[in-house]
Amino acid sequence: MPRASSPRMSQGPSRRRFLTTGAALTSAALAGPALTGCGATSGGTPIELTFWTWAPGIEDVVDLWNQQNPDVQVVVSRQDAGDAAVTKLLTAVRAGNGAPDVVQAEYQAITSLASADAIADISADLTPQTRDRFAEGIWSNVNLQGESIYAIPQDTGPLQFYYRADVFEELGLSAPETWDDYAEAARTINAADPEMFLGTFSNADPGLFVGLAQQAGASWWQIDGEHWSVAIDEEPTQRVARFWGELVEEGVIDNEPMYTPQWNTALNNGTQVGWVSAVWAPGVLSGNAGSTEGNWQMAPLPQWEAGEEATGNWGGSSTAVTTQTRHRDAAVRFAEWLNTSTDAVQALVTESGVFPADQVESEQALTEPPEFFSHQEDFYELSTSNAESVRPFTFGPNVNVTYSLFNDAFAQATQSRSAEAFTDAITTLQEGTVADLENQGYVLS
Amino acid sequence: MTTATTSLTRRSNRFAYVLIAPAALCFALFLAIPILYAIFISFRREIVVGLGLGEGGRTEIWAGLGNYTAVLSDPEFLASAGRVLLYGCVLVPVMLGLALLFALLLDSRRARVRSFARIAIFLPYAVPAVISSVLWGFLYLPGTSPFHHIADALGGGLPDVLSPSLVLLAIANIGIWGGTGFNMVVLYTSLKSVPSELYEAATLDGCTEIQIATRIKVPMILPSLIMTAVFSIIATLQVFAEPMLLRPLTNSISTTWSPLMRIYRDAFIQNDIYIASAGSVLVALATFVISFGFLRLVRGQAFAQEER
Repeated sequence: MPRASSPRMSQGPSRRRFLTTGAALTSAALAGPALTGCGATSGGTPIELTFWTWAPGIEDVVDLWNQQNPDVQVVVSRQDAGDAAVTKLLTAVRAGNGAPDVVQAEYQAITSLASADAIADISADLTPQTRDRFAEGIWSNVNLQGESIYAIPQDTGPLQFYYRADVFEELGLSAPETWDDYAEAARTINAADPEMFLGTFSNADPGLFVGLAQQAGASWWQIDGEHWSVAIDEEPTQRVARFWGELVEEGVIDNEPMYTPQWNTALNNGTQVGWVSAVWAPGVLSGNAGSTEGNWQMAPLPQWEAGEEATGNWGGSSTAVTTQTRHRDAAVRFAEWLNTSTDAVQALVTESGVFPADQVESEQALTEPPEFFSHQEDFYELSTSNAESVRPFTFGPNVNVTYSLFNDAFAQATQSRSAEAFTDAITTLQEGTVADLENQGYVLS
Repeated sequence: MTTATTSLTRRSNRFAYVLIAPAALCFALFLAIPILYAIFISFRREIVVGLGLGEGGRTEIWAGLGNYTAVLSDPEFLASAGRVLLYGCVLVPVMLGLALLFALLLDSRRARVRSFARIAIFLPYAVPAVISSVLWGFLYLPGTSPFHHIADALGGGLPDVLSPSLVLLAIANIGIWGGTGFNMVVLYTSLKSVPSELYEAATLDGCTEIQIATRIKVPMILPSLIMTAVFSIIATLQVFAEPMLLRPLTNSISTTWSPLMRIYRDAFIQNDIYIASAGSVLVALATFVISFGFLRLVRGQAFAQEER
């Protein structure tokens, strides 16, 4: 977008500029698909599959497939992660062409994509044993409406707790087993140094909050027969919101967003000494808090009741087959190979650095702890057992609406530093999500 | 004879059509059709059937003015429009005031290191808004800002400019920083085209530098001043990059802080191109009304010289 007066404006007649203003966004969306057209060839030549993905180093993994399968060649087309890829795929589907054969899809986007008829139900084409390779919690994200399966899980992000072991030791603390312990630790830390926090509640990361609600037993959307229902404003989620709201109100947990330069500084200079995050956190910490190497320790997520073993999921993605593909068989075969074969899972770990969802193969693939946690020998052993205790959660067709409601409602709530505002924000999420679904024509149960 | 002329006219007419065809085609393909399509889909909406999964889960229907009433009755949309108007009231006068001041200073006879100063003031304009927003973001955040470090070291404190009450000024500051140089160059260039005899005559009549500036220079470059004001107003209504990039850094900027941010959210986060199109049409209309309203208001001054 042009900012204050650009020369482009002064060159052309201004009327043209006015007209462009309104339609610029729309026309950009329209011009897109026509230019990104790609087609699969068939006949005597080998089948060519296009694969939209953003995983680092994925080309090396795909090369393995291409060597082993001369009749089905996969071409990687690099995409921006997350929402950008979803928008692009939806645009291609709307245009009727230009979609790839295979796509990487985040778990929370699967229902939206299925609902736009962008990705195909592959339950009929799957090998029956595939299902048994994945934890129930993750499988619930790709398996909708009982029988339909819309993707094969690739990697997951079980929530776990990261903390500065040196600071904990100095203050006589141990890794919190329950959320009550966590709150106590937060108070002790903030009392020792008012600038120091065990964590921050970030309005910018609905995915983390969903994982925490998932651990507490929530599933924000549900399918009852032929109808969707929304269950955000219920006990488990309210409990999570109240817990964090009280800590923010008390001032022992910070209220600034994560992933900002300020947050990086705080991680580096030891004013943020803990992080509720997922299995991929070591990569973030090594990049953002390099100076604290060797001081961090990972523990399972604190529990609501002592002795429980439950966690949620934050991040990770799956591989889906589009409805536009002309080679569904080959596409499903590739997606299965990519996520459940020994070769591919091993390569995903070494080349892309992911935490594989396949529980059978991941055991051999994950031997060394991540570099930033080389001192914690059992890092992946612990993470694997955490991954097994991810609770089921169903994402609905309007996750993006709910997530942007979350951004705005919790921006106000964290700003006001009041526990009541936190629980009110959950009510806002429920009402906004229901209103949007009804507006789209869904009949809720 | 008549036939000959007509056929000649016709032939040259035909040639004219050939010449304008590429431009007309581009206009139709990349402007007219998308705009008409945007207007068309702004009256449409999509509804789901049953669970809305798989093929046939969605159908497109007429929405009438539904999308428009939805946008206009959303208090957040009106609030974002209000914020942007306030933003414009800060940005446009300050930016153009500074640009005019710098242009006059550079044009004054006593100015030194003129070309260096001109480039130095213009330089921020060469920095893309995306980069300048990130840079300013670092300077604003208390945890990373050198200003806050210095103030803390001196025992004082600085207000957090990213707090809800000040964030509008923080965003306007980025726009002013980036836009002043460009407007200064436009005004300076038009100052250069004022005939120097006017200044000589004024000096002979005993005018001071300040009198020359206010009595001769400013009235002479009024059309340029008005043009830069119109462009600045348009840019104001389209403010997007700065708040969009500052948003992740603070709780004070919502996803719908400015109207364009809301349109972006509707189209590319929530994938509702129908309501986004309605929003786009409304912003385009508002831009028309405000720009032409401003031009009408100042028309007397703007074209006074040309008519004389």
